[in-house]
Amino acid sequence: MSALLEALAWLSDPAHWAGPSGVPTRLAEHLALTGVTIAIAAALAIPAGLYIGHTGRLRGLVVGLSGALRALPTLGLLVFLAVQFGFGVRLAIVPTLIVLVILALPPLLAGAYAGVEAVDRATVDASRAIGMTEMQILTRVELPLALPLVLGGLRSAVLQVVATATVAAYISLGGLGRYLFDALPLRDYPQMLSGALLVAALALTLDLLLMLAGRLLLPAGVRAARGPAAPAATDFSTQHTEKETRS
Amino acid sequence: MTKNTGIRAAFGTALAAAAVISLAACSGGSDPLGGASPGGSDSGEIIVGSAAFAENEIIAQIYAQALESRGVPVRFAGQIGQRDVYLTALEDGSLDLIPEYSGNLLQAFDGEVAENTPEAVASELDRVLPENLSVLEAAPAENKDSYNVTAEFSAEFGVTSLEDLAGLAQGITLGGNPELAKRPYGPEGLSATYGVDPAAIRFTPLSDSGGPLTSGALLDGTVTVADIYSTTPSIAENNFVTLADPKNLILPQNVIPLLSAKAATPEIAEAINAVSTALTTEDLIAMNTRNQGAEKASPRTIAADWLAEKKLI
Repeated sequence: MSALLEALAWLSDPAHWAGPSGVPTRLAEHLALTGVTIAIAAALAIPAGLYIGHTGRLRGLVVGLSGALRALPTLGLLVFLAVQFGFGVRLAIVPTLIVLVILALPPLLAGAYAGVEAVDRATVDASRAIGMTEMQILTRVELPLALPLVLGGLRSAVLQVVATATVAAYISLGGLGRYLFDALPLRDYPQMLSGALLVAALALTLDLLLMLAGRLLLPAGVRAARGPAAPAATDFSTQHTEKETRS
Repeated sequence: MTKNTGIRAAFGTALAAAAVISLAACSGGSDPLGGASPGGSDSGEIIVGSAAFAENEIIAQIYAQALESRGVPVRFAGQIGQRDVYLTALEDGSLDLIPEYSGNLLQAFDGEVAENTPEAVASELDRVLPENLSVLEAAPAENKDSYNVTAEFSAEFGVTSLEDLAGLAQGITLGGNPELAKRPYGPEGLSATYGVDPAAIRFTPLSDSGGPLTSGALLDGTVTVADIYSTTPSIAENNFVTLADPKNLILPQNVIPLLSAKAATPEIAEAINAVSTALTTEDLIAMNTRNQGAEKASPRTIAADWLAEKKLI
């Protein structure tokens, strides 16, 4: 309890909210790292996931590969890439983005392909019957209906990247991880706990914002179908039941 | 149908796995650590320990084998994590002997010296150590923080000593563990002792304790000065120039044996002092190179070879 009070005292000290190592700067660095990572990962994973979901092809390969990459320990991979591939500390951002993107790919992929797969086949067949092209089916029928699951994947990815972006501090970059890596060797536990609390607060805030954005972005038809009581965040554990009832 | 078979097969596999795991747990339960049970021993056995890094384990192996060769019963407990942990173990009698570094040991007991000389550190250590702990003679061997630059940088700007840093027009970019920023011998010490303008020191935190990231950053020019432990093989491998410290900014870190009350016997002192007298910094670098270089020799082998070479066993 006293540790928590000390951390709160650390957080309420105005000296820790100014300058290049102040909380606003570290938060901004952390957000930038997260934003760039999610942008790259989404650009790769969402088209791939939509393709897999629509065609049913390459599913085993892509899902297996991204899952296997995800299993690599992030910190180990970070140092390995930095040391063995000559990125070093000068280009520290490159290995950092690589390991974080690897982390964000599987939930984004899963959200995209599972969302498309979960669309009722009768709806897809009906679209085909009225003469829509495959691309029209994907963009006008499957994608809007898949949106809740795509957003669920996005939320999951953001949560993991925000929490793990702290490793960037190991190879000299900024972000909230600095508070953890700088304080540990000094045994400055109030600062460490403050860093951890800030990471958690940022993750929860972003999750809440994405949840609200998801509600606003949801097409009216989908919203009506899901009913007002349905949670906007779809738990991935429910996907299998959806699929099974379908088949 | 197929789904049911699948579930049954999965269940069977899980059962088999559980059986194997529980069997393994049973057979390993009696003696998981191969004899190293916690707590003190009354048998006169001396428990030699080491901190969790290779150089310390090599020195601890030297101590252990030197004692064994004189007929002292020894048990080895390597790779004990943090200083707090093994200091507590020494005080409660579950550990008897460990190689330490004089300056760090002094700071662990809040000792302070007016001058950073080995003699001042040794006498202050005697004063601050608790009753039931003692040290023997320090070895000439030392492993401490050292500031390094590349050979090219040294030649181009004529930098061979920390005294030369103040004259650099472009300032310095210092790389080292994050805590270096707050240490008395860090940027603050460079300014206070060697007159480097605080505004001319940029600090890059690198969390690998002078490892490949740090030497890589020095080589590719991301940092111009790097803090690397002085017995690290990469200093010689990369022809780094270690800057001289004529004003003793950095606390001496001679290898010093730390003993529990039980191990404070003349017989042990004689054996360990013989080791300390012979142990040099060059030996540490050579032994670390065998351990971390291509050979990857084990601490036990390296220790035995060193003792044989110095004719101590």
